[in-house]
Amino acid sequence: MSAESKSEVTGFLGWVDKRFPIMDVWNDHLAKYYAPKNMGFWSFFGSLAITVLVIQIVTGIWLAMSYKPSAADAFASVEYIMRDVDWGWLIRYMHSTGASFFFIVIYLHMFRGLMWGSYRKPRELLWMIGMVLYLAMMATAFFGYLLPWGQMSYWGAQVIVNLFAAVPNIGPDLSVWVRGDYVISDATLNRFFAFHFLLPFLIAGLVFLHIVALHRVGSSNPDGIEIKENKDENGIPRDGIPFHPYYTVKDVAGVIVFLALFAAVIFFWPDFGGIFLEPPNFQPADPLKTPAHIAPVWYFTPYYAMLRAVPPIAGSQFPGVVVMFAAILFFFFLPWLDRSPVKSIRYKGPIFRGFLAAFVVSFVVLAYLGLMPASDLYTLLARIFTIVYFAFFILMPIYSSIDKTKPVPERVTT
Amino acid sequence: MRPAIIAPAIFAVGLLLTPLATVASGGHGPELEEANIDLHDQASLQRGAKYFVNYCMGCHSLQYMRWQRMANDIGITEVDLRKNLLFGDAKPGDMMTTAMRPEDGEKWFGTAIPDLTLVTRWRSPDWVYSYLKSFYTDPSRPYGVNNLVFKDVGMPNPFTHLQGIQDPLVEGHGAEEHVVGVKLVEQGSLSPKEFDTMARDITTFLTYVGEPIKLERQRLGVMVLMFLGVLFIPAYFMKKEFWKDIH
Repeated sequence: MSAESKSEVTGFLGWVDKRFPIMDVWNDHLAKYYAPKNMGFWSFFGSLAITVLVIQIVTGIWLAMSYKPSAADAFASVEYIMRDVDWGWLIRYMHSTGASFFFIVIYLHMFRGLMWGSYRKPRELLWMIGMVLYLAMMATAFFGYLLPWGQMSYWGAQVIVNLFAAVPNIGPDLSVWVRGDYVISDATLNRFFAFHFLLPFLIAGLVFLHIVALHRVGSSNPDGIEIKENKDENGIPRDGIPFHPYYTVKDVAGVIVFLALFAAVIFFWPDFGGIFLEPPNFQPADPLKTPAHIAPVWYFTPYYAMLRAVPPIAGSQFPGVVVMFAAILFFFFLPWLDRSPVKSIRYKGPIFRGFLAAFVVSFVVLAYLGLMPASDLYTLLARIFTIVYFAFFILMPIYSSIDKTKPVPERVTT
Repeated sequence: MRPAIIAPAIFAVGLLLTPLATVASGGHGPELEEANIDLHDQASLQRGAKYFVNYCMGCHSLQYMRWQRMANDIGITEVDLRKNLLFGDAKPGDMMTTAMRPEDGEKWFGTAIPDLTLVTRWRSPDWVYSYLKSFYTDPSRPYGVNNLVFKDVGMPNPFTHLQGIQDPLVEGHGAEEHVVGVKLVEQGSLSPKEFDTMARDITTFLTYVGEPIKLERQRLGVMVLMFLGVLFIPAYFMKKEFWKDIH
């Protein structure tokens, strides 16, 4: 193939196409990108994730026009946005609600990956780019949560940055280096704002790589079948349909339903019962007054519950920190932990299904426990469910290979 | 139900229950009385504004709230605002700050006097309502009063002459002694019912101040949801039309 375009277009589009492969991009990624026709409900969450990312970036830029990243002014500038900036309240609620909705969408997107076996060969790299995205998202959310400079912002950041101090030998110096001070302060707020502004662009770049990798290997589906292995005489997968218009019209409908749910929270329940906007965060940060109960925002609480569940060894919290990060890192190894001959849960046996269900339950229970003040019963439960969480990964090579499987059909089913 | 649906169903139900469970378990400490406020009640809001300015603003600020915005939102005319509420050289566009200097407050009360703009958001309307009503006699405190929902509060009861004097209801003995409620022992110039209304008016006003846009946001929300509902109809049928040949 020469540098000439594959498509014949004239006029302005033709002028552009001779200089930029606009028609090739359109065809390769939309009009002639063949996606399985049976993806169903769970395929919505990819396009929804992009929708929320765009909402977060756009509202974030507008917030930055009125927000002041200084310890003296930050809290007041948020109230200024809520009261004096035209539509500032809406932009702010979209952004704060968007953060939580982003994680809801991503958790469902990841859960879909677990069900369909979307991490399996040949999608290992696609999955790992996705996990890097998840990490970048968590970092962005963490930096962003300090910016309102409320009591929970301040003390949440204090607790998390103190985790770095638990690293043997270099810990104390490391935490000072992260904060730029001995406590969370104006210096910390300034750098967190800088990173919170930068990281979303990194996320956008990673999303681009995620989609490039996806379109190389093709979308997975609830049957876990490679549609590329069954093509017609024109080289088009028999079970594939062009992404545009089929999935674009479908995703438009999905986005409208999503926006309705999003709007319902923004307009009627923006603090979501103290989960999305925590009551202590309506008090300005006070370094001299520790709140009675410090908890991170809900999307971090499963990991926070694990951190608290691990008993300190020799007075060091470091083992808990290691467990917390290991809980996230294990996701990266899923492509090699799953030894099942089939990809999708549809054809996997009862053991795998049981482990996946137990994993989901443990994630939700840990999220709940992480929101609650620790008690003896809750600590015990957190320990049990931490073990269940890790058992899903660590035992997977065993149970996935001994589990019964059902025969996988030749063609996708509907 | 296909087995593959069960796990996601658990996941979805879990997501829904998490906030509910947290809300349900939020209460500890003394029971709060329900404030039963109505943000649409402009008369209540106006009375609340008047009470707040007269009884609270000597010490407490609403530093994120502008006089003019407040007056416009709750139906106070600019003439009324200037004549009855603004004091000193305050202008309608100013923030509703107290004339007391923060360092004086700290010197006189031993602690920084909190700004109350957002008090109903970090406590709750019910908390504020209960707080206003639960001062009781406690000779061990510097101002002779304590509060049921805010133990060892640093301020006097500003409503003694209106509400009267309340004594603590004590349960247990010795080290286990604790206050479980209050009882009115000497009525002030208001009946208990009248004072409840006053406390409710102040709570209503402070709830408005906590989020002035709240009613407008809910009104807009209905329109946004209706718009999305209408938009969904062609989107749904377009999807159906495109997909009708896909089997």
